[in-house]
Amino acid sequence: MADIRSNFLGIRSPNPFWLASAPPTDKEYNVRRAFKAGWGGVVWKTVGHDPACVNVNGPRYGAVWGPDRRLLGFSNIELITDRPLQLNLQEIKAVKRDFPDRAVVVSLMVPCDEASWQSILPLVEDTGCDGIELNFGCPHGMQERGMGSAVGQVPEYIEMVTRWCKAHSRLPVIVKLTPNITDIRWPARAARRGGADAVSLINTINSITSVNLDTFSPEPSIDGYGSHGGYSGPAVKPIALNMVAEIARDPETKGLPLSGIGGITTWRDAAEFMALGCGTVQVCTAAMTYGFKIVQEMIAGLENWMDAKGHASLDSFVGRAAGRATDWQYLNLNYVAKARIDQQLCIKCGRCYIACEDTSHQAITALANGKRHFEVIEAECVGCNLCVNVCPVENCITMEPLAAGVLDRRTGQVVDGEYGNWTTHPNNPMRVQAAE
Amino acid sequence: MAQSVPTDGIASGRLAPEEYRSRFADLHPPLSTHEAVVEADRCYFCYDAPCMTACPTAIDIPLFIREIGTGNPLGAAKTIFDQNILGGICARVCPTETLCEQACVREAAEGKPVQIGLLQRYATDKAMAAGKQFYGRAAPTGKTVAVIGAGPAGLACAHRLAMKGHEVQIFEARPKAGGLNEYGIAAYKAVDGFAQAEVDYVTAIGGITIHHERALGRDVFLSGLAEQYDAVFLSVGLAGVNALGEADAEARGSDDAVAWIAEVRQASDLGTVPVGRRVVVIGGGMTAIDAGIQAKGLGAEAVTICYRGPRERMKASLYEQDLAQTRGVAIRCEMRPLRVIADAGRVVAMAFEQGGETVTLECDQVFKAIGQTLVSGAVEDETPLALSGGRIQVDAEGRTSNPKVWAGGDCVAAGDDLTVTAVAQGRDAAESIHKALSA
Repeated sequence: MADIRSNFLGIRSPNPFWLASAPPTDKEYNVRRAFKAGWGGVVWKTVGHDPACVNVNGPRYGAVWGPDRRLLGFSNIELITDRPLQLNLQEIKAVKRDFPDRAVVVSLMVPCDEASWQSILPLVEDTGCDGIELNFGCPHGMQERGMGSAVGQVPEYIEMVTRWCKAHSRLPVIVKLTPNITDIRWPARAARRGGADAVSLINTINSITSVNLDTFSPEPSIDGYGSHGGYSGPAVKPIALNMVAEIARDPETKGLPLSGIGGITTWRDAAEFMALGCGTVQVCTAAMTYGFKIVQEMIAGLENWMDAKGHASLDSFVGRAAGRATDWQYLNLNYVAKARIDQQLCIKCGRCYIACEDTSHQAITALANGKRHFEVIEAECVGCNLCVNVCPVENCITMEPLAAGVLDRRTGQVVDGEYGNWTTHPNNPMRVQAAE
Repeated sequence: MAQSVPTDGIASGRLAPEEYRSRFADLHPPLSTHEAVVEADRCYFCYDAPCMTACPTAIDIPLFIREIGTGNPLGAAKTIFDQNILGGICARVCPTETLCEQACVREAAEGKPVQIGLLQRYATDKAMAAGKQFYGRAAPTGKTVAVIGAGPAGLACAHRLAMKGHEVQIFEARPKAGGLNEYGIAAYKAVDGFAQAEVDYVTAIGGITIHHERALGRDVFLSGLAEQYDAVFLSVGLAGVNALGEADAEARGSDDAVAWIAEVRQASDLGTVPVGRRVVVIGGGMTAIDAGIQAKGLGAEAVTICYRGPRERMKASLYEQDLAQTRGVAIRCEMRPLRVIADAGRVVAMAFEQGGETVTLECDQVFKAIGQTLVSGAVEDETPLALSGGRIQVDAEGRTSNPKVWAGGDCVAAGDDLTVTAVAQGRDAAESIHKALSA
């Protein structure tokens, strides 16, 4: 059986599945339930100096659903903890004492001055927790007070605050990044420069989940008005994966430990984040949708996949995909693939045809010998994959690479077996001339 | 099912009142909004959708399903009614398993087609419940068209003619409009007076007057109508029934299935409709199935449908055959009727020939469901219309041999005895009439 024990910055947990700093980790009661359910760790919901925050007293969550009310995206306008600091610290201490094998990281957010950080750090350290996570990502409410994403969007502030925390605490420091920024590498680099032990990402994305067409209020609506919230859940996963990959492969941040967050719902999602370099993953929306029990599926799924693939421990696959994320200019332009439709599997819905015909390359037939028949016209197919993506039958349409030496009937060129990318392409005015 | 009262012979009130209600409840309860949205999501919005091609009225099925999925059921209803103003009843009675749902690519993919019929019902129910009328009338043309028969073909024709600005006078032989929707189809397929509600909904467009109990060949005559009106549309259905001939007997219990089904449909209290304790139905079509299931539903202890040919030639769809069998009706094939056996003026058994042997089934009631025929006398009149195979011959637009007369529905040779086909023929004939009157 695969060993899924995790050692992240020296913080040990029986599995890499942590609950993210969020409502599920706001109180001792919830965290005890989470640990009993099997979660490897928690990032305690962000604490700050008293007086505690207040939340709205109406809806603080909004959602985007699929037709069967499957929750696809989730938005919140909840702030950091609205409970007194001392109460949180007592509870953290009690939980950590009772669950010494689990990771307990405390999320922090205080005003952007050294005294505020210096004063809270010893109190937190005194709980016996394993590390701290700096909440530089909260996109609503707190940034209006000069905290949260107001800090996370200014790399210089990130570096400064990180440095303070490293100076005034012995605990590992994880900097949580906001995605509400143009280039995620900048805050990550700043965190590293400040001495961060790791970054975690992504925090939630600025969002309005919907607009009520009767009242014209954005949702969730508080007394007829809505404020942008933080978007999370399955819908944000691709955005998070890309940001993780960007940091994992950036020369300045390469090797910086990562904790992945963003729409992780199943073991497979978790494994994908980990393959891109995340040592642990953090989950919130999936737990808030289905309860803590989902961790059982995640643990078993990850173990079974690792066993099937021969990965004895997490180290065996963490980061294995990071090197395969590259810049577009380095993709092999001599790689030629053509769509192929398996006529045995085809149910003749015609979606591939109309997608290709209306919006792409007119490379699929609708009729053959007067009969409904969908087949790729190789001489027109650019290998774009649209047909694969719209086909409702898995594996019915596949992208088949042309072997070297085979004629590409679209271009009339023989497929070149050599790797060749844009940097040396004749059409590239900036091309790198091959050495004579 | 609760036990029926085991009274021999033909008797009413075999069941407790609540038992009738449950046995004659809606065959397919309607979808809730959530169910409809979830089911709509199963539709792949196919290109040149096979379901649409399979629909005799060519409803844009992927479009209306997408409209349901986006929370626009009234838009969906209009998409349906644009092609089929009787989309409500068709949603209930169409053999979708041999039409749109058979063609659905999900049938090919997984044997579970999108439930198009139920989705169509969802949308049309919403529009009818809202009293939403989608169509107005064009400027009056000053032309008046006579429509004979207020069944699906006649109503569809009348509605389309009214849209075009023509006046329509419908002559209907029965006390109520709706044709087989009102008198023919099984009670559990059109519950809660749906057929009449639909007649009201369709005729609400205006310009349509229905004259009841005015039968062709008795009260009105084709030659006179053709003279008096600008055009005539014949949708008289098949009012005659085939007889067993010498095999029959003059005895209590030897009954015509079509008339009995009408009696069931018109009964305000099903407990008053008498049925035999043991019933034999002769025939292999939908009428046989409807009679068999409803006889069982009324408390008959044993019901056997006997068809003369092999199973694969039965005209009733497989779905209907399954329905009959799950409701406890036996189906026996290769049973050629020999004679009704009576004793003291009552049916006591029915004799068949099967594989060279005589098989006798004891029974109190025999329903004959061996086909319906055009009462050709009614349409022959002074200048007889050309017939084909005993039905009225029409061209692709529904034109008969008389240039002022169009025809559609079960009475024409081109049909397949489906409501939805009748609607298509009525609609298309109206377009043809309009073209002729506008020329």
